[in-house]
Amino acid sequence: MSHDNPYEALGGDGDARWAFGTGFTDPLAGVDTTAPAGVDGGDLAAYCLMLGDDALVMSHRLQEWCTRAPELEEEVALANIALDLLGQARLLLARAGQADGGGRSEDDLAFLRDAPDFRNVRLVEAANGDFARSMARLLVFAVWRLALLDRLAGSRDPVLAAVAAKGVKEVAYHRDYAAGWVVRLGDGTAYSRERMKEGLAAVWPLVAELFVPHEVELRLARAGVAVDPSQLRAEFDAVLDQVLDAARLTRPDAARPGEADAAQEGPADAAPAGAGGRDGRHGTELDEVLSVMQSVARALPGATW
Amino acid sequence: MSGELTGGTSGGTSGELSGGTSGGATGALSGGVRASWPLYEVFVRGKRGLNHVHVGSLRAPDDETALRHARDLYTRRNEGVSIWVTRSDHITASSPDEKDPFFAPSGDKVYRHPTFYEIPDDVPHM
Repeated sequence: MSHDNPYEALGGDGDARWAFGTGFTDPLAGVDTTAPAGVDGGDLAAYCLMLGDDALVMSHRLQEWCTRAPELEEEVALANIALDLLGQARLLLARAGQADGGGRSEDDLAFLRDAPDFRNVRLVEAANGDFARSMARLLVFAVWRLALLDRLAGSRDPVLAAVAAKGVKEVAYHRDYAAGWVVRLGDGTAYSRERMKEGLAAVWPLVAELFVPHEVELRLARAGVAVDPSQLRAEFDAVLDQVLDAARLTRPDAARPGEADAAQEGPADAAPAGAGGRDGRHGTELDEVLSVMQSVARALPGATW
Repeated sequence: MSGELTGGTSGGTSGELSGGTSGGATGALSGGVRASWPLYEVFVRGKRGLNHVHVGSLRAPDDETALRHARDLYTRRNEGVSIWVTRSDHITASSPDEKDPFFAPSGDKVYRHPTFYEIPDDVPHM
C-alpha cells in the first residue's frame, strides 16, 4: 500500500475514486414502507410534514451562514449540520407525500407549498441574528429534537423509526457543536458573554411552542406512532441547564427551581395551543425563507438539474 | 475573517457578526484576544487503513475544537474511523537543506530490505 497519496491510503481497496469514502448506507434499506395498520394516512402525512418542515427550514437558516461564518471551519461545520437536516427533511417529506395518497414528491412539498401550508415550529423560521443567537437557537433546537427522535426511534411506523434512528446520531453531534459554542461564548470574555445572553434571550420566547402538542401528534402518540412533545420538557430542561451551568448562564425564565411548568404559561413564552406553526400560523420570516428557497423551483417549473 | 468574531471592533462589513451591539463593547476586546486561531495538522485513519495518514491542516482555538473541525472538514465523505490532531508548531520536521545527509546514505543499501525471504501468501500487511 503506497502512502504517498493520502487518498489511496485511505481508500485502501485500489478503486479509482474521485473521493475516498466508501460503504455508504441507505437509512431506509430493508424498511417496510406501508403505513402501520389502523393509522390514518392523513395524520401520518401531517406529522411527517411537521418534523420534515422543522428540519427543512432550520436547514435553510443554517445554510445562510455559508460565506458569512466567522471562520472557514465553522462555515463547513454549519453546512454539514444543514445537510444532515436536509437529509432528514427529504425522507420525511417523501414519506408525507406517500402517506396522504396525493402523490406529491418531496420537491413538490418543499418548493411548491405556501407559508400557511408549512407545519414547522416558529423557532426554526426566525432570522439568524448574530452568531451567538444562531448558536442559542441551534442548541435549543438540537436538544429538543434529539429528545424527540430518541423516543421516535421506537415508533410503530417503521419509516419514522428508521429516520429517527439515523437522526439521533446526527442531532447528537449538532447538540454537542452548539453546546460547545454556547459554553465558549457564555464563559468567554465579558463581551462574548453579553452577546450570548442576548442571543439566548432573543430565542427564548419561541421555546414554549416546542412543547405544545397538536391534536395530530396526540392522536398518533396514542397509536404508538408519534411522540407527544409535552413529554420532552423535563429532558429538555435538564440538558439545557447542564449546558447553561457550564456556560455560567441561566434560562431566561428560570426564576426558581421547580417552577419550569409554571414558567411555560408565563408572559415571556406565550404560545397558546392552536396558534402556532404546527397550524400554519407563521411570521413574515417564513415568507422570507420561502421566497429564497423556492425561487428557482417556481421560476423554472419542472426543471431538473 | 476571524477578526470579525473575536475582535469585531467597529461595525465591520458583516452586519450579522459585528452589528447588533455598537461601540461601547469594544473596550472588552482590547486585552489578549488573538486575532487568528493556531494551525493544526490532521491525521485520519481510514476504515481499512492501518495507520493514520496526514490529510491536511485547519485552524482552531483549542485541541477539542480542532478535533471537531477535523471531523467536519476531513471526514465528510465517510472516510475515517479515527482522527488525530496536533498543533503544527508541535511538529519538528526535517529540513530540505538536510536532504542529502538525511536520506542519500540509505540509497545504496539494498540489503536493508528483507528481500531475501519468501513471504507466505497468508501473511498480511507486508
